[in-house]
Amino acid sequence: MNARENILGRIRDAQARAAKGTPADTLTGHLAQHPRGPVPPPPEDLVACFKARAIKLSSDVLETRDRKNVPELLANYLRQKSLPLSGVCWPSLGGLPWHAAGLEMQSRPARNEDLVGVTGAFCAIAETGTLMLLGGARTPATTSLLPETHVAIVDPGRIVATMEDAWGLMREAVGQPPRAVNFISGPSRTADIEQTVTLGAHGPYRVLLIIAPAA
Amino acid sequence: MKNNSIDFKRQATIKLADAKLQGALARLQSRFVEGRSAVISEIHDLQETRNAAAAIRDRVLNDLEHWLLHFEQQATARGAIVHWAESGADVNRIVAEIAVQHGVRTAAKSKSMVSEECGLNEALERAGVEVMETDLGEYILQLAHEAPSHIVAPVVHKNKEEISDLFAEKHNLPRKTGIAELCREAREILRPAFLNADMGISGANFLVAETGSALIVTNEGNGRLVTTLPRVHVAITGIEKVVPTLEDVTTLLRLLPRSATGQSITNYVSVLTGNKNAEDHDGPEHFHIILLDNGRSGLLGGEMQDMLRCIRCGACMNHCPVYQNIGGHAYGWVYPGPMGSILTPLLGGLENAPDLPNASTLCGACTVVCPVKIPLPDLLRKLRERQMERGMKSRQETLLLKAWAWLALHPNVYAFATKIGVRMMSLLGGKNKLLHSLPGVRGWSDGRDFPAPAGKTFRELYRQKKRK
Repeated sequence: MNARENILGRIRDAQARAAKGTPADTLTGHLAQHPRGPVPPPPEDLVACFKARAIKLSSDVLETRDRKNVPELLANYLRQKSLPLSGVCWPSLGGLPWHAAGLEMQSRPARNEDLVGVTGAFCAIAETGTLMLLGGARTPATTSLLPETHVAIVDPGRIVATMEDAWGLMREAVGQPPRAVNFISGPSRTADIEQTVTLGAHGPYRVLLIIAPAA
Repeated sequence: MKNNSIDFKRQATIKLADAKLQGALARLQSRFVEGRSAVISEIHDLQETRNAAAAIRDRVLNDLEHWLLHFEQQATARGAIVHWAESGADVNRIVAEIAVQHGVRTAAKSKSMVSEECGLNEALERAGVEVMETDLGEYILQLAHEAPSHIVAPVVHKNKEEISDLFAEKHNLPRKTGIAELCREAREILRPAFLNADMGISGANFLVAETGSALIVTNEGNGRLVTTLPRVHVAITGIEKVVPTLEDVTTLLRLLPRSATGQSITNYVSVLTGNKNAEDHDGPEHFHIILLDNGRSGLLGGEMQDMLRCIRCGACMNHCPVYQNIGGHAYGWVYPGPMGSILTPLLGGLENAPDLPNASTLCGACTVVCPVKIPLPDLLRKLRERQMERGMKSRQETLLLKAWAWLALHPNVYAFATKIGVRMMSLLGGKNKLLHSLPGVRGWSDGRDFPAPAGKTFRELYRQKKRK
């Protein structure tokens, strides 16, 4: 007998004693239907709610009607904060007019020395001001993690009310979750020293969200 | 981690007199208790959500075998390797074997209370693997060779001056005094550890059976780094942490960070499924998940099963008047506060932690704030009953309780005895109506006075009033 058999054997015995189990087809049904628990009523304005929540979590938020303006907005933001004007972006964003705005953006996964990382988002969640990023070859996880500044371009049409809605979009788009699904809610932080919140622990010091409709 | 719960009374007395600790505990209370109360009301229907969360956990526990097997099947299908461990020693052996198998020399670790149960760091060091804790709190504790004193805020017992001194000594850098500077220094020291580690070690807040995923909630980003950069990732968690679906886990996530730190959501929620595929640029090539029993299966199907609903938010300890006064170290093992007072005797033996079930006034604050509605005071009471049944109480306590039980069953004698008792105590209480010491229970009156009764029993007063 190995550990697996021992543990499962004990669980089986205990379950038999308690006899509270559910018939197997009900369990399978629960998986197939994956019912939602209680969810909050949807906000009237998803974008406004998302913005308000994100700002509460110390993210910076900018908005534009035209995606082509994103590089200009970012360049101004970086200059205002005296941050470097170069970094990396997801390959899918390589086509934006970065150079014209005075930015040098390389389309590749982030390395330790990169200071600005620009990503998109699979979708965003209004309830908590959260980004949902699905990892993949064209959406590397390091871009939102290693640089000190994380910039995410959010399509307002992809802002949903709850995390349940976000899972719904994921099931439709890719079925199973990819290797890494990351929900991001503002810059990394720690309150380990005297329970005092300090921004910029091991991940980004700041998160800039640029709300811009997909082209 | 060695269980030192047997020393609870002595440690509690020391902690009560520790002024620095008392300051730290006051801070914890204000930040976490007030923080929780500020955001918990954001939940549209809190009671309905708590009921749903408790029901999700119950559903899992009632069919744990089914959900674990489904999880194992899904995780394996995605390329993860699932290991089963009976004890902490099993976990240590499995991780050491994985390290040998993949030629691992250095490991970066994010916070895991289950790994604290096992004493994993020491075991890995013995196996020749250099382990770096990367959660700021755990890193500080590793430098100081101390154990965590809270499951969410492990270094709550230390103030920033102590941490400044520690960093200055261990890092050999000029002493910093600001909290932001200290955090920056730790970040700069730890970044190379993430980049160079062969293995990342994490816990898992939940396992999702539907998808075979391990889910971790973190704020610092170290949890993401240790599960993204190293070529091997080992996630260690308890067998009870499985949850059926992504929707189920989402309901629990509405409650966990709000109850724990007063955050609507943690900075990062990472759902990790399988290992990296050929096109991916990041992620581990090898993903191992270790499921630890360590006594948990023994709680299933019995009167203690509700304890396995626990999602480790720490709200019970933040709100516990005992924890608030003595902190976590006095409890002697990994889990302090009300949940620890139940888990420690159940996982480590009641005989090794005889004081813990009694380290509670049964005020009930813990169960009011528990997101999964664990009846903590009831479980503590059941442990006290077990102590009584097994003859683990002192002769004095047993005799007193027996005498009281006899009295309670003989109302006339009870009335007579209390009539005399309250008069005597009232007399002894003097002008201030305070008893400075109670014969036989000195421990109780050492730190406070006992208010003397008014001179008549309730029944006498009631009869008097009725006559009027």
